[in-house]
Amino acid sequence: MAVLVDNNTRLLVQGLTGREGTFHTGQAKAYGTQVVAGVTPGKGGQEVEGTPVFNTVAEAVRETGANASVIFVPPPFAADAILEATDAGLPLVVCITEGIPALDMMKVMSVVDSSETRLIGPNCPGIITPEQCKIGIMPGHIHKAGPVGVVSRSGTLTYEAVGQLTGLGIGQSTCVGIGGDPIIGTTFTDMLELYEADSDTEVVVMIGEIGGNAEEQAADYVKAHMSKPVVAFIAGQTAPPGRRMGHAGAIISGGKGTASEKMKALRAAGIHVVDTPATIGDKVKEVMGR
Amino acid sequence: MKIHEYQAKGVFRDHGVPVPRGIVASTPAEAKAAAVELGGGTVVVKSQIHAGGRGKGTFQNADGQQVMRPAGDKPLGGVVVVSGPDEAEQIAGLMLGNTLVTHQTGPEGRVVKKLLIEEGMDIKREFYLAVLLDREVGGPMFIASAEGGMDIETVAAERPDAIKKVAVDPKAGFSGWVGRRLAFELGLDERVKETGKLVAALHKCFMSTDASMVEVNPLVETGDGRVLALDAKVSFDDNALYRHPDLKELRDLDEEDPLEVEASKHNLNYIKLDGSVGCMVNGAGLAMGTMDIIKFHGGSPANFLDVGGGANTEMVTQAFQIILGDPNVKAVLINIFGGIMRCDVVAEGVVAAAKKVGVEVPVVVRLEGTNVEKGREILQNSGLDFIVANGMKDAAEKVVAAAGGN
Repeated sequence: MAVLVDNNTRLLVQGLTGREGTFHTGQAKAYGTQVVAGVTPGKGGQEVEGTPVFNTVAEAVRETGANASVIFVPPPFAADAILEATDAGLPLVVCITEGIPALDMMKVMSVVDSSETRLIGPNCPGIITPEQCKIGIMPGHIHKAGPVGVVSRSGTLTYEAVGQLTGLGIGQSTCVGIGGDPIIGTTFTDMLELYEADSDTEVVVMIGEIGGNAEEQAADYVKAHMSKPVVAFIAGQTAPPGRRMGHAGAIISGGKGTASEKMKALRAAGIHVVDTPATIGDKVKEVMGR
Repeated sequence: MKIHEYQAKGVFRDHGVPVPRGIVASTPAEAKAAAVELGGGTVVVKSQIHAGGRGKGTFQNADGQQVMRPAGDKPLGGVVVVSGPDEAEQIAGLMLGNTLVTHQTGPEGRVVKKLLIEEGMDIKREFYLAVLLDREVGGPMFIASAEGGMDIETVAAERPDAIKKVAVDPKAGFSGWVGRRLAFELGLDERVKETGKLVAALHKCFMSTDASMVEVNPLVETGDGRVLALDAKVSFDDNALYRHPDLKELRDLDEEDPLEVEASKHNLNYIKLDGSVGCMVNGAGLAMGTMDIIKFHGGSPANFLDVGGGANTEMVTQAFQIILGDPNVKAVLINIFGGIMRCDVVAEGVVAAAKKVGVEVPVVVRLEGTNVEKGREILQNSGLDFIVANGMKDAAEKVVAAAGGN
């Protein structure tokens, strides 16, 4: 079953003709993802390595039956790309782009929230259901199909966790990077709900970081609704207040959003919190009783 | 990006947010002239540094001695009310070129290079007012308190009820009730019109500059019935600066750490900390996680550094130079999870960079991902003294030992 994407996903790439778009689309195809269309305004009618390019998302959807989009468009144009995909009625839009102004995302979310579209990201590695469908920039080969759902605000830290799991022989159901920006489309809580309902997922790994209170909200959800065990790590225990740690959303402001208060909230909700990223895999193994 | 108070007040003025009359001065003579131009009476001399807590800060001269007020009775603070032009000149002479230390600057403080000379105000009451982007609402949120001039974090901790919050609907945009509600909740019943106008202007300022935070502490009501921003603090969304070339000009590199300025020129994300283990990592989350595990094993990170997704030789070289530019660094940990990026390419980059830079402290390298065996081989056969680690725990233990921590 998996979550959100599988081998029935028909992917459309916004920004296919750019360097990043072309490269990562090649990687996705090699992984087995069905890439059915690209969209670059003004380049309709062209082909990129066998994939047809259209001028508009609406046309691409009409012609190819695409049901998901991934966005590799530069920051000044990314909000527009999300809005176009939302208007075309795509059920899933994954935005990889880093550096979108927060006020652009504010406008975008007020539209996405009242639509049928689920947005993942921006500023994220994407989503993968191992051995079925890879959408984004994560290295496919470190993944393996199995029972662990992984959700994270960070890219490489997700790879770290997945690498440990696969190394221990534990596979993943679906891994999602929700993104490091302050305003994002899909939250921890959204993903936890999906994993709770997914019959393929037995355990969830959640990787949070400093800034905001999405982890605390996730803790509330877990406490009230979640039957499956959750293993968590929070990055930024040593981060100084008031400094943005790479991600636009990773900042302790006004004394709020510290790693220690997040870890406390997660533990209080019965979540297995590890102190360092090196032991995520071991903790999952322990929780699964393997 | 942060800016100075005088610049923030310029931005306020441009958007119709009322502020006191003020003039910037860089010399004691300019300070005197400014005081004359402001009418020759009482003025306030305000040190311009990015950090807060200026009023309660203290000055140190070049010899590290505390600077006293002219009467010699007490230490000079960063914000001083003076009686007229002559005293403005005298105080400016004591501030300019000296180092102001506040609870936000750290013990090293900041050298004061500019002063804002402002007209004196007949202050009746003080308030706190800010607007920031709230993640939950997904839009701007006003935060206000009748306890003006106080540190808002202290108020939030001690009397959370004293803090009023009003969100602006992202879809509908600003509406007049927001200002009215804030005015009544702050007890500004007599000044609803003035407050409403100021709140609307502040919202406009926030939106049209792509700010991430605008803070007025204090907002004041004067004896003659005006409501205005006595202080101004603005920070902008770095991601939106590309569409505000005029605001980008306001950046003051003197207020930033020189190593961080250097790193930003090379698109490296570097933040200096005070530990002894230099870190070079790909990805912000993994970089934070690496700092955390160093601390967990008894060491202390010297920096946050994200070399990004495409860590080529040139970037690794720059990163090495920046990390080693910090004299506190006793050992370096390179932690790379090669995803799409191959480990052998990373290893070649690290070797070339180390040879070029001439690294004299121990370097622990942890590589994981594609072609990891090949990468380790390249490191081991390089003739350089790398300490190769397996996994993050091993890497952290090795680098902490190498730095002499524990």
